[in-house]
Amino acid sequence: MEKEKNKNWPEKLLLPTLIFLLLLSLVFSLGLGRYPVSAEEIVKIILNTSLGDRHDPDDVPWLVIMIVRLPRILMATVAGMGLAMAGAAMQGVFRNPLVGPEVAGVSAGASFGGVLAISLGFSPLYGVTLTAFVFGAGALVSAFFISRLTGSSGVLGLILAGVIISAFFGALMGIIIYLSDPAARLPGIVYWLMGSFSSATYPKMALMAGATLIGGVPLLGLSWRINLLSLGQVDAEALGIKVNFLRWSVVFCVSLIVAAQVAVSGGVGWVGLVMPHLARMLVGPEHSRLLPVSALLGGIYLSMMDNLARSLTTQEIPIGLITAIVGTPVFLFMFIKMQTRGWSDD
Amino acid sequence: MTSAVSFSGLSYAYRTGGWSLRSCTGSVPKGSVTAVLGPNGCGKTTLLKLILSLIKPMEGSLTVDGQTALVPQIFKVAFAFAVLDMVLMGRARKIGFFSQPSGRDLQAARQALDRVGLAHLERRSFHELSGGQRQLVILARALVAEAEILLMDEPTSALDLKNQDLVLRWMDRLTKKDGLTVIFTTHHPHHALAVADRAFLMLEEGVRLDGTAEQTLTAENLRCLYGLPLQRLDFEYRGFKTSTITPVFLAPEPSSPEVP
Repeated sequence: MEKEKNKNWPEKLLLPTLIFLLLLSLVFSLGLGRYPVSAEEIVKIILNTSLGDRHDPDDVPWLVIMIVRLPRILMATVAGMGLAMAGAAMQGVFRNPLVGPEVAGVSAGASFGGVLAISLGFSPLYGVTLTAFVFGAGALVSAFFISRLTGSSGVLGLILAGVIISAFFGALMGIIIYLSDPAARLPGIVYWLMGSFSSATYPKMALMAGATLIGGVPLLGLSWRINLLSLGQVDAEALGIKVNFLRWSVVFCVSLIVAAQVAVSGGVGWVGLVMPHLARMLVGPEHSRLLPVSALLGGIYLSMMDNLARSLTTQEIPIGLITAIVGTPVFLFMFIKMQTRGWSDD
Repeated sequence: MTSAVSFSGLSYAYRTGGWSLRSCTGSVPKGSVTAVLGPNGCGKTTLLKLILSLIKPMEGSLTVDGQTALVPQIFKVAFAFAVLDMVLMGRARKIGFFSQPSGRDLQAARQALDRVGLAHLERRSFHELSGGQRQLVILARALVAEAEILLMDEPTSALDLKNQDLVLRWMDRLTKKDGLTVIFTTHHPHHALAVADRAFLMLEEGVRLDGTAEQTLTAENLRCLYGLPLQRLDFEYRGFKTSTITPVFLAPEPSSPEVP
């Protein structure tokens, strides 16, 4: 009994603690960089600006904080929150701890769209972003119809469709990369694919935050129902659940978040795979507790990783590389820990 | 006595094969335990699915009076949910599509868990429970759905003897004391004889015998059903009159199955 009570109390403190840490990481990130700004000054600038104070456009600290750093840091935070929550939801839908949010093939579609747009010389803000987003959405629609065509309405159909879509768009992307001009276009494509928040602007941030909200709010609403998807199909249906409708609702919300993230910042892997595991260690597998905690952890994690990306060396490092390099050993560690907790025989 | 479930001429075929259930007729009185027996592939599960209205009958009529709930065999859930979270899933019908369980749902789940005597395990992981305890948790999940008709799919098949007794006792108690209706499938005629008021004997493609457990669960009927000899034993244990029925495995003479 004593142990059970101890298990209970951190849950109430966990969310406020994580929100506080997220705010702390925001202020820390804003202060980090070649032009140093103190925490006090950061809070003052943000408060004054949000209260509507006019600023001298030549005020360097203001420019650094509000124009250079804030959109980028917000974008990394929102992307991390969205991806981690999306990953937690997808692991619930697929009942598999090894899937990430990209499993339905949306990342591949959006990546292809982005590469296509860069190779055609579209404008980086609207051209690339929107093309990537449209192809991501197209990949989702294709996955839906392919899984219907295969006749297996369950998880298997969805996995097969995801594999087919990812392979197809991967191949198309390969063709474009192979054919593109190695001097003019190729570096841009490769850099974009490795993921970066360096081109962050407020419009891009708004696009991603909007899509993340539109996908994320319903996803939080559905979070309790995701539990029901971990039961067998007949069992869940007998509880009154329209299993396929629920599953696709979750996949749709997830895909919106993923497509928006890939569209504005290219390939950022491992966040949606690793963060839900960390969250599950903290609050257990119940999804209405898991999703908010995953989101907060993801936000903190990705903003910190982006700090590494922009300040580790004098030159920017693609964030996709950092999340993979940090994510893989973390994942290995958790995999070993989970194995000792009896997950491997599943 | 009014019936909780009644059906006549009920037929169903899956897309992939022939009839799974053919011209099936029977009725289940309210407040009774009904055992469904038959060899593998005789359509027991199809009958349960029809009663749960997960599938629609292709022919015949089916009347179900009351909220149904399935009590499946669950040995593993992909995630190590807490026991209370498992029970709470029974409230799915009462919780809106984008909503979270309310305090009332939580209270109902706790009460249901208390009813099956497992309130002290609410924070434990479902995976840590014994087979019998898991079955009771799933029973609590059906109770929290305010179901009146429980459909139990082989509720005793993977349990040790003590847990078999526990689950059978609960089936008896829920019907006799609480007025619920229980329909369960089983491969153990002695379980049916111990707890059931009525029994369906199903041969391939439909119910061939529907009657009181006493009438239907005879050695002769079951010999025809399973194609091997069975022996019924009536005896008294410390003043408790009971009967059991047991298959005679490795019997010397070959048996010839006939349709009764």
